[in-house]
Amino acid sequence: MDYNKRKKLNQASAFWIFRIMSLAVIAILFWILGFIIVNGFQAISWDFLTKMPEDGMTKGGIYPAIIGTLCLTAGSMIFAFPIGVLSGIYLNEYAGKGWIVRFIRMMTNNLGSIPSIVFGLFGMSLFVNTLDFGDSIIAGSLTLGLLALPVVIRTTEEALKQIDNSYRTGSLALGATKLQTIVKVVLPMAFPNIITGLILSVGRVSGETAPIMFTAVAYFLPMLPSSIFDQVMALPYHLYVISTSGTDIEASRTMAYGTAFVLIMIVLILNLIANALRRYFSNKVKTN
Amino acid sequence: MRKKMFRGKKYFIEALWEGLLKISGSVTSIIIILIVLFLFSEGMGIFKKKVVEDGYVIAVNKNNPVKDLSPEQIKNIFDVKIVSWKELGVNINEDEITLLRLDDIPNYFPEDQIAEDMSNLPQIISQILKEHPGMIAFIPEDFAKKGFSEKVLDLGNINLKEFFGGKEWFPTAQPAPQFGVIPIVMGTLWVSLGAILIALPFGIAVAIYSAELASKKVHKILKPVIELLAGIPSVVYGFFGLIVIVPLIQKVFNLDVGETGLAGSIVLAIMALPTIITIAEDALRSTPRAMKEASLALGANKWQTILKVTIPYSISGITAGVVLGIGRAIGETMAVLMVTGNAAVIPHTLLEPVRTIPATIAAELGEAPKGGAHYEALFVLGCILFIITLIINLVVEYISSKNKNKVA
Repeated sequence: MDYNKRKKLNQASAFWIFRIMSLAVIAILFWILGFIIVNGFQAISWDFLTKMPEDGMTKGGIYPAIIGTLCLTAGSMIFAFPIGVLSGIYLNEYAGKGWIVRFIRMMTNNLGSIPSIVFGLFGMSLFVNTLDFGDSIIAGSLTLGLLALPVVIRTTEEALKQIDNSYRTGSLALGATKLQTIVKVVLPMAFPNIITGLILSVGRVSGETAPIMFTAVAYFLPMLPSSIFDQVMALPYHLYVISTSGTDIEASRTMAYGTAFVLIMIVLILNLIANALRRYFSNKVKTN
Repeated sequence: MRKKMFRGKKYFIEALWEGLLKISGSVTSIIIILIVLFLFSEGMGIFKKKVVEDGYVIAVNKNNPVKDLSPEQIKNIFDVKIVSWKELGVNINEDEITLLRLDDIPNYFPEDQIAEDMSNLPQIISQILKEHPGMIAFIPEDFAKKGFSEKVLDLGNINLKEFFGGKEWFPTAQPAPQFGVIPIVMGTLWVSLGAILIALPFGIAVAIYSAELASKKVHKILKPVIELLAGIPSVVYGFFGLIVIVPLIQKVFNLDVGETGLAGSIVLAIMALPTIITIAEDALRSTPRAMKEASLALGANKWQTILKVTIPYSISGITAGVVLGIGRAIGETMAVLMVTGNAAVIPHTLLEPVRTIPATIAAELGEAPKGGAHYEALFVLGCILFIITLIINLVVEYISSKNKNKVA
């Protein structure tokens, strides 16, 4: 009886510890989100989003940084999305199981876990110096694209894996070629999952600082970029600069809160969209 | 006939498509190879650089028997920490070391006799050195060429031993920059280790809770929370750490500065949590139901089953998650850069400012002139990071391949 009691007590205490620790993790997230949203919300105004920074970045807005981040993110996706999706299709549909695939998958995994600052070094060495793009949108976009590539590949692969093989064999049995099967049957079915993955990787890319630090961004630019070979400001770097090395750190605090708020909002909204899409498409499949 | 042509065209498109896919598939491998090529070719340049700052030389009196000085010794001499030749094991009649930089020349030689284009400086410096046998001069290369009669020290290149065994990182020191990576590597290890020690209990607790205990409803809340934690940009974590955690640590431990290794560890722990949780949870979930049910049927309760069946079964997956978490912590740049205080000293406790490899690169690359020794040293740091992540990946691969064998 005593043993049974202890058994029960052990279980209860262990489970309570797990519950409390899980709650703590959720609390930490809400603490971070709450802290930035509450403080940042006060800084947000129409002017903040659409004006240039003024007075050594202690006043004004963050318009050029928003535009810069938009350019860099879009640029990186233009590069990473097609190559990533094609690469994912190759790995899942064509490559089979030989050592080549194993090698490529290993390389993709490796690329995915390389620290972002190493991408920054590489981008600087290859795009900025060797190819002589200088600090520019194109150099930054390509560097960010490299970072996003493994994510896109993995998402595509996962999405394709979920498509039941009977659809492929069915299509092939009806006389369609492999290409037709993929384009007309497999891809449309995998599309929702690919898109959700893509949206999440956009969120990831838009918040990256280290890769663009030495390839694209400027400390302060009072104008918008006019070509892809121009330098830009970017939200994450802007936040880093005004919270650590601005001309007057205390005075630019509100600006910093506001910038952090915008960054968090981008991630939050993209996550919400991705989740909503996931739910929408899964319901649709069910009703079908 | 037309049908045949149609087939040919179809076949052609099919082949073209396959080729395109193959090319795309190989892009990641090509990028990795390029990264290795560029990182290492830029980084290895440093071992061809002279110990003394580019364009300068160290010169002494002709009769001075000194042959070789390490970068550390040179720095100490010019910081007046080493003041006599005896300390360097050199016997010379004038034992005290005097320093001669270009600015010091007027102290030894009437200024008005120096030619306007400084063409007679080699002779002047030679003369000063001749008069002062214990003197050591740090002068531009050009003045040690034509007309210079004293001894220019051949100090050789920066070598691997000094780089990987050096205890001082002071890349802008004159006349000899110090590239010792030990304090930076130690800083990285300390901060990451601290982060994992904090993140591990939380990560595993949440993973177990989420995989075994949580109802569907709770799971529905927990999963997006973890996803969001993973999605928040590192610079926002850094900002949060800077404004909330750093002052907190300063207050709690009553320190002069709150920017410490501990602040870095805490922020990194939060950032490493999602990695650990997701992978550990997947591993826990992969435990066959039959095994758990067998344990329950034998009278074990849920906790005993988790402890004795589920965890041992999924331990390799959990380890993989932890190792990947460490990898994330080691490579994280911005958050660490903002909260650890960035002092390149070997840390003794987590309550001191430390500096990590990624933070060093991020903080200094902007100021390092392209192609100089400092610039190349930062690329070597990048190589070190790259190799660390490669090792971590291999370890994870090994662990999960072992896991597969077990299942089979």
